[in-house]
Amino acid sequence: MLDAAPLIRFSQVSKCWGSTTAVRSLDFSIAPGQFVILLGPSGCGKSTTLRMLAGLEAVSGGEIHIQGQDVTHQPPGARGLSMVFQSYALFPHLSVADNIVFGLRSRKVPKAEQRERLAKVAEMVDLTAYLDRKPAKLSGGQRQRVALARAVISEHPICLMDEPLSNLDARLRADMRRDIKALQARLGMTVIYVTHDQVEAMSMGDRVILMQHGEIVQDAPPGELYNQPATTFAASFIGSPAMNLLPLTEGLEAAVIEGVPETPVAPLAAATGQLGVRPEDIELRGAGEPGVPATVISDEYLGADTIIHLAVGRHSVKARLAGRQSMAPNTACTLAWRAQAAHLFGSDGKRRDDLAPCNLMPDVPDDADARVVPRLPNVGSFAI
Amino acid sequence: MMLSAHHKLQLYGALLLLPAALLLTTFAYIPTVTTLISSLFLPGFRGAPAEFVGLENYQVLFIDPTFWKVARNNLLYALGTIPTSIALALGMALFVNARLPGRGLVRMAYFTPTILPMIAAANIWMFFYAPQIGLFNKLLGALGFSGVNWLGDPAVALGSVMAMSVWKEAGFFMIFYLAALQGMPPELKEASDLEGTSRWSFFWRVTFPLLMPTTLFVLINALINAVRVVDHLFILTKGGPNNATNLLLYYVYENSFAFFDRTTAATITVVILLTLAIIATLKFTLLDRRTHYQ
Repeated sequence: MLDAAPLIRFSQVSKCWGSTTAVRSLDFSIAPGQFVILLGPSGCGKSTTLRMLAGLEAVSGGEIHIQGQDVTHQPPGARGLSMVFQSYALFPHLSVADNIVFGLRSRKVPKAEQRERLAKVAEMVDLTAYLDRKPAKLSGGQRQRVALARAVISEHPICLMDEPLSNLDARLRADMRRDIKALQARLGMTVIYVTHDQVEAMSMGDRVILMQHGEIVQDAPPGELYNQPATTFAASFIGSPAMNLLPLTEGLEAAVIEGVPETPVAPLAAATGQLGVRPEDIELRGAGEPGVPATVISDEYLGADTIIHLAVGRHSVKARLAGRQSMAPNTACTLAWRAQAAHLFGSDGKRRDDLAPCNLMPDVPDDADARVVPRLPNVGSFAI
Repeated sequence: MMLSAHHKLQLYGALLLLPAALLLTTFAYIPTVTTLISSLFLPGFRGAPAEFVGLENYQVLFIDPTFWKVARNNLLYALGTIPTSIALALGMALFVNARLPGRGLVRMAYFTPTILPMIAAANIWMFFYAPQIGLFNKLLGALGFSGVNWLGDPAVALGSVMAMSVWKEAGFFMIFYLAALQGMPPELKEASDLEGTSRWSFFWRVTFPLLMPTTLFVLINALINAVRVVDHLFILTKGGPNNATNLLLYYVYENSFAFFDRTTAATITVVILLTLAIIATLKFTLLDRRTHYQ
């Protein structure tokens, strides 16, 4: 996947504050032109990683290379990258134009060239009419575009973004996602984008680095992250509603879901781990049919689809059905899924690909290759 | 009597303003007006009524060489203390705002002169300036220089008084600058660091402009203090030698309570008030236009 000469390389990078470790020996490389998402819950070390790359945070151990150069101890300005801050970090006393060319003035770019580049970039982010305004007189989306323009005008090959959309309202955020992605593709920039929003990660990234407790959990394209989560954390972090995770115990000849001894769901070796099934992979059938028996708790209508909450043994399971479905509470039914829709995780939370889950839908023709063909991730209620 | 809702609201507002209006009128506006009036009259002798003389008091004042000397002293005092103490305050604020071991201690040390009453500070500086046993002359003596009569030499005395004022004021102004600096989002520095902006350039292009509202506020305060605070003169020099360190307000005091010439005192007071009002208006109109308020 990576070129021979990566643009950015982290080797064994770690960051400690006193006794707390924020980032633990991180190793990854980024190829030119990639849109890489650093994803994770707050406190997972993703922002620290970005700030270490920017040079705003000192590295406690390891090395960072950019374009083959060791920049571990270089000042931020010498690393040839630009950054969009969560708060935008616009200079309140400067006009939009002065904000955008701030860096060019610092690097003593000739005035004529500054004007030329400003005009081009302002056109690109649709700010030409606002160049004389102060940031206070702009809307949130416009401020965001000024911050973007300031990063773009520098013409640095690498652009870092630290949760740039989190201060915008939902509708604007959807537009900006597309705009940023389009801009990145058009300029061929390498973008490292920090977010805790799985929708942003799935829709924008070429590649998602999922982090937890300062370590990389999974580093994969969005489709793989969704279809083959490496751990139970990855499985539950991506997808809305999250993947159902059911603890397994030993049955007679196979592993069964806790409290449902009659239906074998996986080989005996999987018994100490967990079974994961995405809500949209569950099919509801009438009571008595082959599958996992369940009882309806409630239904939740979301517009495009309905989430049915079900009780399986002592556990609760969510199933996503298309359109408006209504099911009376306490209705008995059966859950079924195809073998490739089930994920098995060991007792350590890691994915087990060595075991094949049981097929609960033998009547549906099985596509042997289905597991390796990534399907479109179905996250939240947005269209990709 | 029936009041409409609108009138009731107006009455309500007026009542809310009343306490402040009452205090201001009693202690600020009435004294100002009576001062203005008494500057236009000459008191009668032996119980005769005061005589209206118009601007004659001002004509007399403007040919008084001592008044001009004192005014010139005050101008030098303002020019000498204001820029110095503001620059010093800004420098100290930038210094203690940086990462620095024992930062809290340094901040407190810089602020200590402000806590001291002016009288106490002046008494301390008396010992520094004393001709024979003073700290400064001892130090000079140890280095082999002859001592200076800090407060007795007319050529040096005003400078000595100014030095003490700067020492006293800078810490106070530093607090305002420090508060403003801490209100500045750290991302601004980070964003400019990423562009490779030098510290010097960042200061002049970002920090200083963003501190302008504070600078303006401090400037007005420093100006008012330069005319208003004369406590140290009572201890250090009493305006001497030969009026070399006499300042306007101290001269007002002398006229009023030493020479019992209330009319001259009132006349000088009006001149001071007018001058300050003009300067403050100029500052707010000229500098405000170039100042960014958040």
